[in-house]
Amino acid sequence: MSPELVSVMGGTGIAASAPPPPLPPDRLLELYRVMLLTRLLDDRAMKLQRQGRIGFYVPAMGQEASHIGTAAALAPEDWVFPSYRDPGIALLRGVPVVELLHQCYGNAADHTRGRQMPVHYSLKKIRFVSISSPIGTQIIQAVGAAMAMRLRKEPLVAMTWFGDGSTSSNDFHTGMNFAGVYSAPCIFVCENNGWAISVPLEGQTASATMAAKAEAYGMPGVRVDGNDVLAVYAATKQAVERARAGHGPTLIETVTFRMGGHSSSDDASRYRDPAVCEVWKTRDPVDRFKAWLEGKKLLSAKQEQAIRDRCETELKEAIDAAEKVGPPAVSTMFDDVYAARTPQLEEQWSELKDALQRGVVAKGHHGEFPL
Amino acid sequence: MPVMTMVEAVNDAMRVEMRRDPRVVLLGEDVGVKGGVFGCSAGLWKEFGGDRVMDTPLAESGIVGAAIGMALYGLVPIAEIQFGDFIYPAFDQIVSEAAKMRYRSGGEYTVPMTIRTPIGGGIRGGHYHSQSPEAYFAHTPGLKVVVPSTPRDAKGLLLASIRDPDPVLFMEPKLVYRSLKEEVPEGDFTVELGKARLVRPGKDVTLIAWGGMVGMCEKAAAKCAEEGIDCEIVDVRTIVPLDEATILESVKKTGRAVIVYEAPRTGGFGGEISAILAEKAIEWLEAPIVRVTGFDTPFPYTLESVYLPEPGRIREAVLKVVRF
Repeated sequence: MSPELVSVMGGTGIAASAPPPPLPPDRLLELYRVMLLTRLLDDRAMKLQRQGRIGFYVPAMGQEASHIGTAAALAPEDWVFPSYRDPGIALLRGVPVVELLHQCYGNAADHTRGRQMPVHYSLKKIRFVSISSPIGTQIIQAVGAAMAMRLRKEPLVAMTWFGDGSTSSNDFHTGMNFAGVYSAPCIFVCENNGWAISVPLEGQTASATMAAKAEAYGMPGVRVDGNDVLAVYAATKQAVERARAGHGPTLIETVTFRMGGHSSSDDASRYRDPAVCEVWKTRDPVDRFKAWLEGKKLLSAKQEQAIRDRCETELKEAIDAAEKVGPPAVSTMFDDVYAARTPQLEEQWSELKDALQRGVVAKGHHGEFPL
Repeated sequence: MPVMTMVEAVNDAMRVEMRRDPRVVLLGEDVGVKGGVFGCSAGLWKEFGGDRVMDTPLAESGIVGAAIGMALYGLVPIAEIQFGDFIYPAFDQIVSEAAKMRYRSGGEYTVPMTIRTPIGGGIRGGHYHSQSPEAYFAHTPGLKVVVPSTPRDAKGLLLASIRDPDPVLFMEPKLVYRSLKEEVPEGDFTVELGKARLVRPGKDVTLIAWGGMVGMCEKAAAKCAEEGIDCEIVDVRTIVPLDEATILESVKKTGRAVIVYEAPRTGGFGGEISAILAEKAIEWLEAPIVRVTGFDTPFPYTLESVYLPEPGRIREAVLKVVRF
């Protein structure tokens, strides 16, 4: 049994089927601002990568409504276990864009201390759990956190995001299964963007929809227009309320499209039909939300420009600031392996420090680092 | 002091800590109502209830992955993997997730969890109930690896592992589970991680072993003593972080080293110890370093007793280095 696609705004080939959620105008504009900031961050970061100023990037373009609309249905105390294509969750939760840029630069101000490739954010202050590259690993961890919330009788939920490719992974299956068995307050957001790098959806599953997979695990499955932030929000809100009330997990499939490549190392034009991309351009989640807000007289052209200018300024200042911060000191490489350095780590650091001080280490392509 | 088997000591350690710290939970296959296939969690489900002693679905990656989520959230989970041979589905969650979370989050997120699993031969378990996979995990920055060899150490090291701020893989040798009884301190009792134990002082040769092989070395040493060879035995106890100082001190004193482990020889952790001795103690060595190990074959069922290192092969190795 596959659920119908729920849409508020409607769009090319998509019928509007649900009323808009009762969100106040300032919240709607805030969602728009975060979606736009996420889009502009993408654009700037991809350029920074092309210019060789950051090493790598994963564009989220096209999936702003999908990940921001779902995250918007959470309370600030709830925990988030995102994938690497969900930067808007951090921005929505109030993280200044400069903190994301510090991470992309891998500089000394980066929360992750320059230890992970760009976009692998970790932001404990907003309960945003460290991003992993291996697919789906965060899913079962989110369920574990949700099991702990239930065990402690705390009215919180955990939410986890992953792509259609992740539904083939072991951790998706075990995560869904554990959540069903323990009735864990966990929301699974499958951002079905149609592609796992170069492999299309039909190469990933024989299920008619991703939402249909929920049935086998004993939980509801919902299928929403993932480029319609209002539909995404409304569906997620219901799932969150259900979980918070102790009624267990939900799988939400957001039907969306990865408008860019898989990453800055990928050229999607080599395997994707441009005609399909053209159709999805007409369903651009940022454009659609803008048009909807304008149609409801909630956003004027002047207001829109002001929001856009504010985002651009914030980005420019953030990039300038992130570029000014130097790399982490070499000694930090040996920190946080364990709570305290082992004798082996101390020995290896003193060996390396000595070699660096004597100038025997060839200079890397990134230049010199402070000790 | 009560006398306990290793199974009873493990059980006692978990009970002590679950009573002391309400954040401690146990999850795994059959750990609840049944009390574990070896009985390590006997009585815990009854005392602490199903919320804290969870029978899980049959998925090792799920057990470890869920435990990671619990630890991130603030619980102190003990995840039991029914046999070390079944741990591989959880390899990714252990190696790339639990062990890396502190590092990749810049120290902000931690995973203070213990993964308990029975390892090693001696129970006629064949390939899927006998392996000693410690070397795979010793190669993992961010993970601690502990292997007790006695009931007393099992209790003390397990309590220290549960309280450790980092993920610990705690491997329990089945060979010792019920074969050895000794006095174990009651109540709160810890043995510091990262410290080897001098099992037997001696002057002629150092036997280095862990887990079930420590007892084998003791038997071999008793035979050698009859022949006038005085063996010193060092129980490594913590594979990671390794107590190099104790091992080096002993080998510098005796000038000879025999390393005994039951895993396949190639790539086994004894190779690492051998390398450390070669790098840091070669001037003190009177003979080549010799390893007595399992063979580079899958663990056999019928031929288990000849696969496992035993006092005869260990004695041969001792004679070889003493007479070199």
